[in-house]
Amino acid sequence: MDTNRDADRWEALADGTRRAIVACLADGPQAVGQLAAGLPVSRSAVSQHLKILKDAGLVEDLAAGTRRIYRLNPAALAALRDQIDTYWQRALAGYTEAAEAPTEEA
Amino acid sequence: MAHTDAATVRKQIVVDAPIEHAFAVFTGRFGDFKPPEHNMLGAPVAETVFEPKVGGHIIDRAADGSECRWARILAFDPPDRVVFSWDISPRWTIETDQAQTSEVEVRFYAESATRTRVELEHRHLDRHGPGWQAITGGVDGPEGWPLYLDRYAALMKEGR
Repeated sequence: MDTNRDADRWEALADGTRRAIVACLADGPQAVGQLAAGLPVSRSAVSQHLKILKDAGLVEDLAAGTRRIYRLNPAALAALRDQIDTYWQRALAGYTEAAEAPTEEA
Repeated sequence: MAHTDAATVRKQIVVDAPIEHAFAVFTGRFGDFKPPEHNMLGAPVAETVFEPKVGGHIIDRAADGSECRWARILAFDPPDRVVFSWDISPRWTIETDQAQTSEVEVRFYAESATRTRVELEHRHLDRHGPGWQAITGGVDGPEGWPLYLDRYAALMKEGR
């Protein structure tokens, strides 16, 4: 992930309607019509916002029959995973040192 | 899609130590080797206690006596295995909803009398609600995406 992409995400989330869309999608994947029904904006406005969110990598769409279903990108999970991975990488490096250190009682 | 893999971190190392010692160091000296900046107390951690029993906790204690219980011990079977919960949210705050916590299993295998393989699996990361609470809750606040993306960017810069 590069910095530009992060900046895009920022911009994508700077809009109240787009945050509302993201909040709706946090409950589960939805089609444009479902999203529009729950928001005070038109269907075409929702489509526009979804395109921006998609370009920023925050949502992804999948075909479901004739409809497109939108869902949140698991990017946040990937970021969490990276944090945890780094955490254990470093913890185990320290652990190896501690476990292999000569012990007084040994 | 490798969804299961995405929600699991696996690590494996071999240490030159007997299995009993490898287990004892992991549980008894956890505070000595975990990355020090990862704690949720507002003060330096004076000690980390890994309570050696099911139902116990991993507790960070600061010099001023404040403490943070960030893991529940789910299994404690020396010298083979230990499992604990990870009650830490993606924003490094304590997660009080157990449905949104992940878990860590550490298994120890004696490769010889003096060598031990340690396998660590941190699983169910997706239970943390993929961090989306940060968005619905406080995307504008300093605890929301700003912090999250900063941390993420910092990780990337470390050039793993």
